[in-house]
Amino acid sequence: MGRFVARRLLGTILVLFAVSVLTFLIFNVVPNSDPAQRMAGKNATPQLIESINEEWGFNDSLPQQYVTMMKKIFSGEMISYEGREPVDDRIVEGIPATFSLCIGAAVIWMFFGILFGYLSAVKAGGWLDTTLTVVAVAGISMPVFWLAAILLNYLAYKTGIFPSQGYVELTENPLEWAYHLVLPWITLAVLYLGFYSRVLRSTMLDVMNEDYVRTARAKGLSERRVMGKHVMRNSLIPIITLFGLDFGALLGGAILIEAIFNLNGIGQYAEESLANFDLPPIMAITLFGAFFVVLFNSLVDIAYAYLDPRIRLGTSAQ
Amino acid sequence: MSEPLLSVDGLRVGFVTEGGRVQAVDGVSFELAPGEVLAIVGESGSGKSVTAQTLIGLTRSPNSRIEGSVRLRGEELIDAGDEELREVRGEQIGMVFQDPMTSFNPVYRIGVQIAEAIRAHRPQTRKAAGRERAIELLDSVGIPNAAQRVDDYPHEFSGGMRQRAMIAMALALEPDLLIADEPTTALDVTVQAQILALLARLNRERNLATILITHDLGVVAEVADRVLVMYAGRVVERGTLDEIFYDPQHPYTWGLLGSLTRMDRERPERLPQISGAPPSLRSLPEGCSFRPRCPHEFGRCSELPDLEARLADAPSHLDRCWLRPEEKRERRLVEGEIGLESPAR
Amino acid sequence: MAVEPIADSGPADSGPWRLALRRLRRNRVALGFLGLFVAIVVFVLAAPLWADHVAHTGPNATHTLEKVTVDGEKREVVNPEGKPIGPQWFGADGKFFLGADSRLGRDEMVRLMYGGRTSLIVGVVSALITTILATILGLLAGYYRGWIDPVISRSMDVLWAFPVFLLSIALGIALAVGGLEVLGVHISGGSLWIPILIIGVVMVPYMARPLRGEVLALREKDFVEAAVAQGAGSARIMFGEILPNLWSTVIVFFTLNVANNMLLEAGLSYLGVGVQPPNSSWGTMIATGNNLITSDPLLTIIPGTMILLTVLALNVFGDGLRDALDPKSKVRFEAHAGVAATGAAGTAGLEELGR
Repeated sequence: MGRFVARRLLGTILVLFAVSVLTFLIFNVVPNSDPAQRMAGKNATPQLIESINEEWGFNDSLPQQYVTMMKKIFSGEMISYEGREPVDDRIVEGIPATFSLCIGAAVIWMFFGILFGYLSAVKAGGWLDTTLTVVAVAGISMPVFWLAAILLNYLAYKTGIFPSQGYVELTENPLEWAYHLVLPWITLAVLYLGFYSRVLRSTMLDVMNEDYVRTARAKGLSERRVMGKHVMRNSLIPIITLFGLDFGALLGGAILIEAIFNLNGIGQYAEESLANFDLPPIMAITLFGAFFVVLFNSLVDIAYAYLDPRIRLGTSAQ
Repeated sequence: MSEPLLSVDGLRVGFVTEGGRVQAVDGVSFELAPGEVLAIVGESGSGKSVTAQTLIGLTRSPNSRIEGSVRLRGEELIDAGDEELREVRGEQIGMVFQDPMTSFNPVYRIGVQIAEAIRAHRPQTRKAAGRERAIELLDSVGIPNAAQRVDDYPHEFSGGMRQRAMIAMALALEPDLLIADEPTTALDVTVQAQILALLARLNRERNLATILITHDLGVVAEVADRVLVMYAGRVVERGTLDEIFYDPQHPYTWGLLGSLTRMDRERPERLPQISGAPPSLRSLPEGCSFRPRCPHEFGRCSELPDLEARLADAPSHLDRCWLRPEEKRERRLVEGEIGLESPAR
Repeated sequence: MAVEPIADSGPADSGPWRLALRRLRRNRVALGFLGLFVAIVVFVLAAPLWADHVAHTGPNATHTLEKVTVDGEKREVVNPEGKPIGPQWFGADGKFFLGADSRLGRDEMVRLMYGGRTSLIVGVVSALITTILATILGLLAGYYRGWIDPVISRSMDVLWAFPVFLLSIALGIALAVGGLEVLGVHISGGSLWIPILIIGVVMVPYMARPLRGEVLALREKDFVEAAVAQGAGSARIMFGEILPNLWSTVIVFFTLNVANNMLLEAGLSYLGVGVQPPNSSWGTMIATGNNLITSDPLLTIIPGTMILLTVLALNVFGDGLRDALDPKSKVRFEAHAGVAATGAAGTAGLEELGR
């Protein structure tokens, strides 16, 4: 098991390295315009452009440029050209909002997703199943920013039931914190909920047809035990691994939702930077997000190995 | 027999499928005495597995239509409630399935799964006691090093050992009847013999009545007392082991016997087989369902024969063939041995 | 159900495709949604007809200072406060059927139809690109042992690590400015090809991975071994033996991918980094409508509903297709809306056993 973990860790580092190189290429090499010009953004003066060229070493060789960029990001010295503030600080500031959004939504979507999926599978073919499936598929078929706009319009602007924007620190006022997050949570959860309920449903249906479920019944286990100990235990494995991947990806910032609800999280910072063509934050955020994706990818692999003894121990005897 | 352990009468099982209704089992009847070994033989699709699984209600579903009677010591199981059925399973009737790899849950240890079978009926069993019992059981079926292996996962066992573990689990609560659905089909030939020997031993030592489902007559010869031959959902012949092997009455049985490769005979030029294929259960032929593959068919075969005793001196030897006994004795010999030729076309 | 009913041994000439067709025909729900999708396609194809004969205007033609006759009365297309006229339905003989879109006074209905074309084109073409690339890469990675698989798989992993939405936005911005130079061909920043290529490429890892998994499984099958024994070369085995068995999965993936890509395009366009003016799509229309959501919610609701209906139809039909082609399919590519909408790297629903 130790070697497995070590290998994955090494792979992780390599992938992150590749991601950083790719980011570098995208922003500095691929497009057909002057990188310094683009970095200086809208307020470009010739002096600014020249100082950028100096500072970022655009006159240097490519590998040297890459090293310079990496150094800046990791030393926390990266300054954005629009806001004139340290990028890394802004990112850290945005973490509570982003994480609050993600964790809250995750709790909601997992709870309902698993519940709906379970009900659909157990009553497969019936009216409940059909209804839940329609709801689920509709959920994954809608543009989330559209749902957000509609919820905002009817539940916030028009009726004032929920606040339309802003993020309140949990430590400041837990009630307000939750109150401001309800609509974003719902919007984000609706999507994933649909997806997870369908995955669980289909996994459960597959598992319920497995031989070992038949054996469990033949042993005289109660239906509750059969469902709980055999069907669910095995059905939840793919769900948990998928969740790990999705959640990891989400931690990099839910751009659209944060922007629409003005939560000032990392995603919103990304959106602002993009709108302003402000490249340093984008680079940092990309790496930040990629880090979590890769981290959770590895966690999921490890969890999967733990959950499925066949993977953990390797198929030995025969 | 005095008081049959299991009494099956007119069992019929149909399934509603996409393409229409399929009658997988059409009128199966037999009795099983305590300690007796009954073999149910047939090709895939003959209905033998469905019969076995229906005995403990595993085929109950919205798509299935089950009729007839299955009585365990006089208690009717067909319409038994879920709770009643649950108590019978494992405690009174144990069942072993074909593929031991997929029949165990891959994420739980073997010992845990065995203990689970025990706890289903003895909820007060403590964890340590359950584990001890599991070790005993594994040992009793011949698994070496049971105390260590009890904590292994299914995939760490070899095929033969897994099947032994399955058998141990099925017998954990000492039921009087064991149903073994193709227990050796997924195993190597050498291992097959071991498993059969195990089943024979268990039958002797514990007076364990056994229903053995198989497509392999060689397996039958080893352990069975009585034999049921099934074809396309119906029983086509029923009798004692000797009756079936030495005085078979149905052409299908002749075909099965003829296709056995035997060490005590000349090696044939080509492996003998029964020509043709079993019919689709959706569209059974009129009358005798074996007719299209039978070289001895004649006019009367368009009428479905009843399952009857047609031999004066063997009242428990039943078959479904219109041929007269003398004709049967003659026609079943192909080049001096029991077998079945291809129908002339 | 613990016991499998006897398998459908239908008439001798039912190949797997015909069986699938039969199963599909029995699935009324899936067919219904296919019909919905077809209806939507017809709707957007009718754009020029509507524009020329009913609305008498194009999708980008502005009518800010004009007036339109409604039931004999002349009404301003855009009132002095900048509020566009609401849906007229047939009150103005079909002009401004759904009203005007903004202070630019463009006909919303005409824009809806033309925008739909754009959305569908981007969705379908990008899905074609994704599918073709993913199939080839999946085949190569799954079939060849040695160095090809790790190289391809690691590359996919790297792409996968990027938050997809972020990557798409980044590429969208980067390429919108200067365009793209590839193989000597210059594609301008405002071309529809930019979002098509971005979306097409970005989604490749999500399809390539499950396909690779399936190729890995197929590679072990007996018929491949038989082909090798007969001396068939790698290319022949990959394209002649494995690929034919992959088709059903590929078709289903393609359908679901179109749905997914349409959502991704909508998100990008909403942010302004997808489809660029003068082109418009349902996504850009939502962005425009969003500014007026309190006063004219329909301008936002309608294009969004169109996306919803189209994606829904494709998802349901795709599911039905999968059930028809392989009811026991364990390999999944779930068009994950999370990718498009939240700016997170959503995952393809992988249910490969023992990955």
